[in-house]
Amino acid sequence: MKFPVPHDVKGKTIPGTEGWELMYPYHYQFVTDDPERNQYEKDTFWFYDGLHYPEPLYPFDTIWDEAWYLALSQFNNRIFQVPPVRGVDHRIINGYVYISPVPVKNPDEIGQRVPNFMERAGYYYKNWDELEAKWKTKMEGTIAELEALPIPRLPEVEDLKVVTDGVGESTAYHLIKNYDDLINLGIRCWQYHFEFLNLGYAAYVFFMDFTQKLFPSIPLQRVTQMISGIDVIMYKSDDELKALAKKAVALEVDDVVTAHREWADVKAALAGQRHGDEWLAAFEKARYPWFNISSGTGWFHTDRSWNDNLNLPLDGIQTYIQKLRDGQEIDRPMEAVRAERDRVTAEYRDLIDNDQDRKQFDELLGCARTVFPYVENHLFYVEHWFHSVFWNKMREVAAIMQEHGLIAEIEDIWYLRRDEIKQALWDIVTAWATGVTPRGTKTWPAEIEWRKGVMQKFREWAPPPAIGIAPEVIQEPFTIVLWGVTNSSLSAWASVQEVADPDSITELKGFPASPGTVEGRARVCRSAEEIRDLQEGEILVAPTTSPSWAPAFAKIKACITDVGGVMSHAAIVCREYGMPAVVGTGHSTRVIKTGMTLRVDGSTGLVTIVQ
Amino acid sequence: MGSALMAEEVRLAPGLDSRAPKVCFFEDCNKDSVPLVGGKCSSLGELINTGVRVPPGFAVTTAGYAQFMREAGIQDEVHALLQGLDHDDMDRLEAASREIREMIESRPISIELEDLIAEAYRKLSVRCYLPAVPVAVRSSATAEDLPGASFAGQQDTYLWIRGIDDVIHHIRRCFSSLYTARAIAYRIRMGFPHEQVAISVGVQKMANAYTAGVMFTLHPSTGDRSVIVIDSNFGFGESVVSGEVTPDNFVVNKVTLDIIERTISTKEICYTADLKLQRSVAMEVPAERQNIQSLIDDEITELAWMAKKIEKHYGRPMDIEWAIDKNLPVGGNVFVLQARPETIWSNKQKAPATTGATSAMDYIVSNLLVGKRLS
Repeated sequence: MKFPVPHDVKGKTIPGTEGWELMYPYHYQFVTDDPERNQYEKDTFWFYDGLHYPEPLYPFDTIWDEAWYLALSQFNNRIFQVPPVRGVDHRIINGYVYISPVPVKNPDEIGQRVPNFMERAGYYYKNWDELEAKWKTKMEGTIAELEALPIPRLPEVEDLKVVTDGVGESTAYHLIKNYDDLINLGIRCWQYHFEFLNLGYAAYVFFMDFTQKLFPSIPLQRVTQMISGIDVIMYKSDDELKALAKKAVALEVDDVVTAHREWADVKAALAGQRHGDEWLAAFEKARYPWFNISSGTGWFHTDRSWNDNLNLPLDGIQTYIQKLRDGQEIDRPMEAVRAERDRVTAEYRDLIDNDQDRKQFDELLGCARTVFPYVENHLFYVEHWFHSVFWNKMREVAAIMQEHGLIAEIEDIWYLRRDEIKQALWDIVTAWATGVTPRGTKTWPAEIEWRKGVMQKFREWAPPPAIGIAPEVIQEPFTIVLWGVTNSSLSAWASVQEVADPDSITELKGFPASPGTVEGRARVCRSAEEIRDLQEGEILVAPTTSPSWAPAFAKIKACITDVGGVMSHAAIVCREYGMPAVVGTGHSTRVIKTGMTLRVDGSTGLVTIVQ
Repeated sequence: MGSALMAEEVRLAPGLDSRAPKVCFFEDCNKDSVPLVGGKCSSLGELINTGVRVPPGFAVTTAGYAQFMREAGIQDEVHALLQGLDHDDMDRLEAASREIREMIESRPISIELEDLIAEAYRKLSVRCYLPAVPVAVRSSATAEDLPGASFAGQQDTYLWIRGIDDVIHHIRRCFSSLYTARAIAYRIRMGFPHEQVAISVGVQKMANAYTAGVMFTLHPSTGDRSVIVIDSNFGFGESVVSGEVTPDNFVVNKVTLDIIERTISTKEICYTADLKLQRSVAMEVPAERQNIQSLIDDEITELAWMAKKIEKHYGRPMDIEWAIDKNLPVGGNVFVLQARPETIWSNKQKAPATTGATSAMDYIVSNLLVGKRLS
């Protein structure tokens, strides 16, 4: 498999974007002036992290990339000491993030790391439930601190109390301090994000791996099915929508709730009615914390939460009301999922030839089921709840910058790196204190205008799925599970890459994630806003899906994603609903157009463009 | 037992006497009938009684064979021809075999035995709503105490036989196959007295196969017990069994019955019944059908379901021949022709997959060290 050389890719600067590198941390760059680093970069395999970054990264949003770069790597390498692998290295080209797991090459060193890992990771596996309970307390505390954190506006003159209480500190000091606190809470939250995650993924990977040794032909979706049907918080938000749909029918306000596409209109129509008020109260109650769920992956500031755009949960509620009127069951078929899980598990177990293997199977399955709730639930706490609040706190910071003329629009703040924002706040507070005009009012608006143009050009560029030289072995559990990097996915990516004309492609190969074969009309949705256009019975084609897209799955009959492995959201939900899914196709949203007729085979992973 | 079911001869069971039936319908047979009707017919009976769809038929039993040999009055001559043969001397073995087989095939079957067979054939025809139903005539053998499975593929099978005279003739040919040079040599080498062996013959309604083939209830190349692997081609199964074509290949998940792999090959020839000649002939598959999937998905699923049931019944991996009958409507046209225990993987001592790790943690560490191979 051949992929382009990183420096060649980077060398072809898109005209008009010269100097883009300054928008991102300097150590994220592929280099040519340092022979040693240059050689290392050439010899390394880099793959595009499209799961997290389907769009080029805004300078501010780099914060989460830096946060996980640090957190994952430190837990792998410095805390648990995963024997054969260190952290995951990062680079950026034209705003797109490329990553690569770093192996420990010296066998002696790997050996030395083993006892550490056994002791440390072993402690976590052994005390998983207890440590997870502790984790939940830490995480909820962090979110509570975030929610309570004020972003103060600079007053014309400080309150008299500052004098009478002898405070001795100004609002300016609190503004820059709280900005730091805000950033630090974000970094802390991401420390917790990775506290358990790689251990959880390792438990998965090796349960999968062992099962595949026993049954070389077992589809991965059948392995993960054995860990399904466990209740997790991550799906609670969707359950709230179903409960609201049922309540609307029970209170006979469903006609009003489905009468308008805009939440404001629904709210106005319900207000003042006795049952209407009761339903509105239930709606308000569900919002905290359950509507703190992002309409995307939660990784980008552009992923607004349900609380930010109440039309999104409204659309979900309307879908469920329609299902109820049609006499359909809307609850996730958990009983059926569990019964099928138990049948499948028991049948496979019966096919195991010897007691030793059966015992090992039981052990690994038990471990995988123990870690499962964390692996799902951390997403709700970090990417959804924390992030939803965090982005809006940043918008409060942006409002102050706008007020002082450093940015024209609130949403302009994302074009600045977080250290540039810190500088700009210093510019503001010192100018405010001094009574002069901040210098940034002349520098930032122009810079931001230029960066907007650069970002637009980045968006029009298609990042190659992988660059560099593919290794023979991958030992980093995270990269295997989450991004579905395997030999077959790489060759599929490589082959599509070689086709110059996407219109000539009639077949796409991805991971068989949920079995079954259907034919239907394609609907390409790149955002949560677009899923509102989904029609009953269409095939959803998306870069990747997130839990807030759950209501969409009640409408579609199959799902195809660009990125994701067998444990991705789309894969899990499709298996629960018993509809086919093909994930990790690399390019489906680029090749497939809305309206095409597709055949999706979720058992083999083949997507055919029929028409 | 097991592997030895493939051998083509049977030692006369000591308890077999003149009161034993000479002809016996499959449904009256079961796994305990091997000494009487041989491995093939007893397993067909067993399958029918398990609820698997099998084309109906009857067996001429080992007692029937013994009676024929007695009545033909050729035992002394046969015996004389076999005297002093050396299992290494292929030329003499071949010559003796030819002479014995000609002798057996030319002797009449007694009226009494012929009546029994003719009556069974008539009943079978009535049952199939076909005058002179076309049948497969095949030797059904067992040798429970003979080691090895070296006789695989040696049984004589005659396809598309119609009319009682032809049926009788081919039954004799099956009888005579007990005296192939190879079979004689084998017995000499193993020290089995020739007069103590016998054979049974199955007469079975010919499935007029649109498509046919074989399937295994494990993966023949990896030994994976969680799949059923199906090979199929148009026409009778001969082209698949003999390896004359590269068949279509399907891998079905045994637990869920999903088709997880399909390989559609170019199938250039197939075997079909020539209705003028009333026999099975090889023909070229029309060009437009050569690359078409020879089984539809519903049939694949039904076959896999049957295979799963058969394996469960026998409690071990099985090797199964099957056919889709083109004269029968969908829903009742998928047939199992034969099922026998799989021998290659089943006789292999499989090493455990675990490295002997005691806990999940040990396993995770030992495998982290190895990593996941990409190529």
